[in-house]
Formats: sequence, C-alpha cells, structure tokens
Amino acid sequence: MSDTPDPVVERDRSEAVASFEHHARGPLDRLQHFLHRYPTMVPVIVLVLSLIAFGLIAPNFFSAFNLSLIMQQVAVVGTLAAAQSLVILTAGIDLSVGAVMVMISVIMGRLSIEFGVPVPLAILIGLGCGLMTGGLNGFLVTRLKLPPFITTLGTWNIFLALNYYLSGRETIRSQTLDAEAPLLKLFGERFNLGGAVLTWGVVLMLVVFAVLWYALNKTAWGRRVYAVGDDPESAALAGIQTNRILMSVYMVAGFICALAAWSSIGRVGSVSPTSFFESNLESITAVVIGGISLFGGRGSILGPLIGAIIVGVFNSGLRLAGVDVLWQLFATGWLIIVAVAVDQWIRKISS
Amino acid sequence: MTEPLLTARNLVKRYGRVTALDHADFDLYPGEILAVIGDNGAGKSSLIKAISGAVQPDEGEIRLDGKPVSFASPLDARKAGIETVYQTLALSPALSISDNMFMGREIRKEGIMGQWFGMLDKAKMDRFAREKLTELGLMTIQNIGQPVETLSGGQRQGVAVARAAAFGSRVIILDEPTAALGVKESRRVLDLILDVRSRGIPIVLISHNMPHVFEVADRVHIHRLGKRLAVIDPKEHSMSDAVAYMTGAKVPEGVAA
Ligand SMILES: Nc1ncnc2c1ncn2[C@@H]1O[C@H](COP(=O)(O)OP(=O)(O)OP(=O)(O)O)[C@@H](O)[C@H]1O
Ligand SMILES: [Mg+2]
Repeated sequence: MSDTPDPVVERDRSEAVASFEHHARGPLDRLQHFLHRYPTMVPVIVLVLSLIAFGLIAPNFFSAFNLSLIMQQVAVVGTLAAAQSLVILTAGIDLSVGAVMVMISVIMGRLSIEFGVPVPLAILIGLGCGLMTGGLNGFLVTRLKLPPFITTLGTWNIFLALNYYLSGRETIRSQTLDAEAPLLKLFGERFNLGGAVLTWGVVLMLVVFAVLWYALNKTAWGRRVYAVGDDPESAALAGIQTNRILMSVYMVAGFICALAAWSSIGRVGSVSPTSFFESNLESITAVVIGGISLFGGRGSILGPLIGAIIVGVFNSGLRLAGVDVLWQLFATGWLIIVAVAVDQWIRKISS
Repeated sequence: MTEPLLTARNLVKRYGRVTALDHADFDLYPGEILAVIGDNGAGKSSLIKAISGAVQPDEGEIRLDGKPVSFASPLDARKAGIETVYQTLALSPALSISDNMFMGREIRKEGIMGQWFGMLDKAKMDRFAREKLTELGLMTIQNIGQPVETLSGGQRQGVAVARAAAFGSRVIILDEPTAALGVKESRRVLDLILDVRSRGIPIVLISHNMPHVFEVADRVHIHRLGKRLAVIDPKEHSMSDAVAYMTGAKVPEGVAA
C-alpha cells in the first residue's frame, strides 16, 4: 500500500494548482469551482443550515428522540433513493421503484402467510423478483433502446397492476405477521444507541449507501457506471460494454428496491398494496436535492442520503413548529428547483 | 516484399442515403507510418472506425495478419492490440485523467481487497498515467486527479494520445491528433509517433496538416469520395500534388480518370 504522501506528488500538485490559479477569480467563481469539485457540499450546506434554523424555531427539535425519529422516517425512502441514484447516474430515471417495492413486499407477505412458504425462502424469492424487475427494465432500455423514462413509466403501471392482482387488494395485518412471519418485520425492530432509538431499517439504509459508495468509487464497475452516464458514446469507444453496465445498474437497483420492500414491512408493520404511493417521486426528490445530476455521470452517492435526510428534517421541523402540512410540500418544491438550478450552474464550468 | 499487417478490401458503409465508404481499400505494413489524407467528408474517419470496430461495415473484409477479423466493438479491436485516438477523443469529461487513461482496463490492488472486493490500485494507475503524460511533455497537467473537462482542448488531446501510445501493441490509429495542439505540443506528438514507430509498431495518421504528413509519413493514402484514390510516396510527390489529388484537381499517374 502506498497511501503515504509521496513528496513528488505533493510538489507536482502544488505546481499544477499554481499554474491554473494565476488568473484571479471572484468569490462566486471560486464557489462554483469548489462545488464542481465537491458536489455533495450543496446538500451538506443545506442540511446544516436547516438543522440550525429548525433548532432555533422548533421546540424539542434537537432531542435524540426527534432526530432518531427522522432517521426512522426516512429509512425506506432513503433506501429507494439509493436505487434511484444508480439509475440517475447513468442519465436514466426509474419511475418504477415505488411500485416494485410495494409489489415485492406483497410477494414476500403472501408467500409467507397464504402459501406457507418458509419465511426466509419467501424473502429470498422476493429479492430474486427484485433482480428480475430490474432485469426487465434493463432489457427494455438496452436491447429495445427505449428511453428509461418511458420504459419505467410503463413498468410502473404493470407492477402496480400485478401488485393489486397478487395482493387481491387485501392488507396482511400486523398481528398476522407477528404470529406467522415476524422475520418480515425485522427492519422495524428498534434498538438503543446512546439515547437514540434506531431501527434496523436505518442500519440497512446506511449499509446500502456504504456498499454503493465503495462500489462506485473504489471499483472498476463504479468508474464505468460514471463513464456511461457521462457520455455513453465516448465510453463505448473507450472499450466499455455500455449495455452490460446499464443492465447491471438496473438489476442492482431492482435488488435494492426489494431490500427496501423488506424494510418497508417493518416500517408500516403490515403489508399493504396501497402503501408508499408517493415513494417514487420522493426517491427522485432525495436524489435531486442530493446533488446528483439528472444528466448523468455527476454527483456523489452520499448526496441522496443527505437529500433524504433534508426532506425528513424539513417535515419534522415544520411539524414541530406547528406549521400546516402544506408548507412541507411547498418547501420541498423549492428545494428541488434550487437544487436543479445549482446543478446547472455547476455544470457550466466545463463549457 | 513483406505482407501487410492490416488490410481492408471493398469496405462499404452507408448512413441512410449517404455513402461514407464506397468500396474502400486499405493496407498498413509493419513498422510504417501511413498518413491518410482527404477532404472533409471524404470518409477518413469512417474508414478508421470500421477498422477499429467502432462501426461495422455493410460490406467488405478486414484482415489482421492475413486472417479475416470482424470487430463487433472497439473493445474487440483493442484486445487485438489496435488502439485508436478518435477525432472526438472518447474521453469522459467528468472523470479524472487517470480514470480516463485506464477506462476499461483498470488495475486492481493485489491481495484480498483487489481479488475479492475489486478494489482499484489508484496509486499505481496515477503513477503510470503521470509517467505517460510526462513523456508527452504535458507537464502542466501533473494533477492526475483533475477532471478532463477542466483541461484545455490541447491537453485533452494529449491525454487521448498518451492513452493510445501507452496501450497500443500492434497498431496505433490517430484521427487528427494535432488538430487542437499548439506548435510545441504538435512537435511532441510527432516525436511520439516517430518513437512509437521505432518500437516497431505501425501508425495510421489522419491529418489535414501537410507539413506534418510529409515530415513523418512513409506512405500517404489519399482518400477521395469514400474510397482510396491512390497511395503515394511522399518523397516522390510534392505537397501541392497531394492536395491536388485529394481535391480532384489532378489525377495521380496510373489512376483512371
Ligand atoms: N454517424 C453518421 N451518420 C450519418 N452520416 C455520417 C455519420 N458519420 C459520417 N457520416 C457521413 O459520412 C461521410 C464521411 O464522413 P467522415 O467523418 O468519415 O469524413 P472525414 O473524411 O473524416 O471528414 P473530416 O476531415 O471532416 O473529419 C460524411 O458525408 C458524413 O456526413
Ligand atoms: Mg474525420
């Protein structure tokens, strides 16, 4: 391992910096370059500012209880946002994530309760179905060359219909799950961590982000995902099998949706075919606020985690401050618009 | 006479109603620098794209070492040792110089982290990339972690050329590698081309710059209207002859008018 600073490298770096800094820049210019280099700083700054603001105006906002409650509330959408980020990094979008999640929670629940499949097996089948839904999206995008937006708009409706069919529009109640398949509610279990009460669902979300961070930044696959999202033609000419990368991205995204499905059963306590109806758009919101460019190839995977937490902080803070729910939507709307505007501004640097 | 290393016969490539390649031939001999010249739109880029697997010709045959090959993608050509700098450079703007140089052939760490967890050996790749750029005299871009989009046009071209030169083992194809370069940087690329030839690797150089072509080329392939019009020896023809041939103002000897 040669991670120790190499004197030659250090000297060369300062030289390079010196050679590029000679034209004086204004503060705005410097901010633009800084954000271009560290795109995750945008959501970090927004998060810090909103924490300070709500700490001042909302009573009890900064209690360990409230902060851990925020984490519990964002766990499911945060996990979905991880799947969404992968697809958006390839300049695509996945409108089907929410429907896939609900459908798979139904599959896991029905197999365990109605069909007497051993619960661990039912979970494995559910995870496999997640891979398959991603595979279907990936197939349509790479082989039939359909735009991801249209593809997943279609599969969203298809999975939603299958979800109603498979569930018979019926909810599996919490007591039934407790009695026959408690493992399905695993991610709703709480544990105490220094005064904060967390669920395993929160841990799952953090682990998913950590693994994706590693894969995207430290492995060849990750570099290729960025290259394909950045400029697919260049990536292909540089010897990347772009279709394979896209296929793997959609399949991993489908798998993460299935994990989110398992997590969602613990969160709601029951299996309902009509739950999490808005989670599609909420996951996209987290990704966009998290500073991942909708044009692909730019942004850090940790951004959407922070993005999801920002939405949770706004919702909790406004509620504690006694503000009408409608203002939560209002605030989220502006966050999205500002995030996209900032992304456009940062991207201008290359031209 | 030695056998050609890479040949193409009767290549045809149509884009809708445009015929980019109209029964084009091509020969590259071992250890030579072959310049390809022709007007804008003559089909030079289409020719090298067909040879490097970037597009699949509608008709015709390509042979490497006398054996027919058909490259389904640039990756196939690369595996056969053919490395190309495309006119568009094929770089990923948001990724670093080092990421770009190793795109598709990343080096993993040794040991468990590399083998089991696919961890990249960034230090090793950075070191290699820095060496290659220094060879090209691109001292100003020693910060190998810099995104390519923050480089000047000439520096980007330098990165693409360095990538091809570093990995090409059989053939190196350069599509207008000096178009965006200054005088000094062009000189470096020409020296690099001569250096690559001295290693015994043949080069295909597409260029509109006649002084460059006549300085380094062993043979000049003149492309006109989608096909090879003639191959001339730069020592026996003048630059103005070459320009006249490629624009159609004059017809080289031995070619039916
Ligand atoms: N992808 C494509 N789609 C449609 N037409 C194309 C495509 N690529 C090339 N052509 C056409 O094929 C012809 C040859 O183009 P090509 O790029 O090979 O020319 P060139 O000799 O490299 O020109 P230049 O010197 O300008 O680079 C042109 O008429 C061009 O418009
Ligand atoms: Mg061209």
